[in-house]
Amino acid sequence: MYSVRLWVVRHAGAFERIYNMFEPVLVKLHPVWNKIGYQRAEKPMSKIEQACKGLLFDCKMCGQCALSSTGMSCSMNCPKNLRNGPCGGVRLNGNCEVYADRRCVWVEGWKGSQKMKNGDRIFAVQKPVDFSQQGSSSWLRVVRQISKNKEQTREKSQ
Amino acid sequence: MIFHDEPNAGDPFPHLPDHSSQGRLERVLRAGHFAVTSELAPPDSANPEDVYDRARVFDGYVDGMNATDGSGANCHMSSVGMCALLTRVGYSPVMQISCRDKNRIAIQGDVLGGAAMGVTNMLCLTGDGVQAGDHPEAKPVFDLDCMSLLETVRGMRDKHEFLSGRTITDAPKVFLGAASNPFAPPYDFRPHRMAKKIAAGAQFIQTNYCFDIPRFKEFMARSRDLGLLEKVFVLPGVGPMASARTATWIRNNVPGIHIPDEVINRLAGAKDQKKEGQQICIDLIQELREIEGVSGVHVMAYRQEEAVAEIIDRSGVLDGRVPWYPGRDEELLKERA
Repeated sequence: MYSVRLWVVRHAGAFERIYNMFEPVLVKLHPVWNKIGYQRAEKPMSKIEQACKGLLFDCKMCGQCALSSTGMSCSMNCPKNLRNGPCGGVRLNGNCEVYADRRCVWVEGWKGSQKMKNGDRIFAVQKPVDFSQQGSSSWLRVVRQISKNKEQTREKSQ
Repeated sequence: MIFHDEPNAGDPFPHLPDHSSQGRLERVLRAGHFAVTSELAPPDSANPEDVYDRARVFDGYVDGMNATDGSGANCHMSSVGMCALLTRVGYSPVMQISCRDKNRIAIQGDVLGGAAMGVTNMLCLTGDGVQAGDHPEAKPVFDLDCMSLLETVRGMRDKHEFLSGRTITDAPKVFLGAASNPFAPPYDFRPHRMAKKIAAGAQFIQTNYCFDIPRFKEFMARSRDLGLLEKVFVLPGVGPMASARTATWIRNNVPGIHIPDEVINRLAGAKDQKKEGQQICIDLIQELREIEGVSGVHVMAYRQEEAVAEIIDRSGVLDGRVPWYPGRDEELLKERA
């Protein structure tokens, strides 16, 4: 929802903290996901993710969440799908070039990033969107990646 | 000015080690000259002469011409098509690539095709939204954004790879550009966004119309603080406004263009508004060239292309230098004889 989305970005710092607590819990549950099978967990998990993030961020389920690098403003709501900052068309009042009555996703995101501990992630260049991931759970992907990295470092140290 | 290793018209320059391209624009900029580029409006026709006629008005005054890619989301002759015609006679076009109309497969194909035809400069843009143009019902593509587009083309050039990782046997040797708009909010993020573009591969920057000098100076000062000015050539955009009415219309209807009230008032108060518009443009060029980090100007004189020569001439920025055009060297030799 548009008004919720704006409210969330105004409290980007709090949402960053919440996610930073949430992510380790998901990672801790790696054995559970493994037991169920990531493939089978995918469907219910993406449904839950869509419900939560849809409400809060107007999430578009791109499957490769970048909210931590965009000031908690979902960049897939930008009509140009920009992942790296505002285009040159932003109106003087900070509204979108395409939707004149809506705030620019990135004007809000830039403000949000300044409220975040790791807000400077907004300065990193983002990779192009992988459209084959669309609709999949970004959470599971992150957990899988982190767990894989952990296992690899453990194997290396042994 | 003739380079000592000046090639025949249409041939590339010899490759210099610190240059990315074998093109004229990069040569001029790296040699420390104040460069002039201009916007070449594409015709709504399939007649090559229409392109040559439009290019010819800039002869002797510009180092590069931007072949626009459906600018303003309006349909015209393609950027690749114009570049094919222009390189054929030796011009140095800047091929604009917009993310609005093509996905990554088509874009990378065009980069190779353009480079094969002798395009040495490419400008990576996001592109205006389709709502701005004459086909608002079109599907906006935006598969890449300008940043990932820059990284993609740089990867093709430096790593000899497509985005997929597949090898390119002969890489496109191109000088990479990007756009910047210091005049749109959020102002304090704009220098950081330029930093991102440089990190993604931009070697030169052309800006949107620059009418607000204090704002531009602030942008350049912040960019200097970020250490960007040694890494990139900045060419601010300028252009004559035909009248106060046109300027007001542009301000209200074209995305991303900011024209301060003072400029519009100055136009409105003039007897000959068109002449005054050109004078404002000249004054701006002269002010801009004094700003640290400005390497040239990009002239966008939509529907006033024939005025560019006089504007550049009267601004004095070329210091007597005559940029290349077909037949220039023969004429210079004749004069000397």
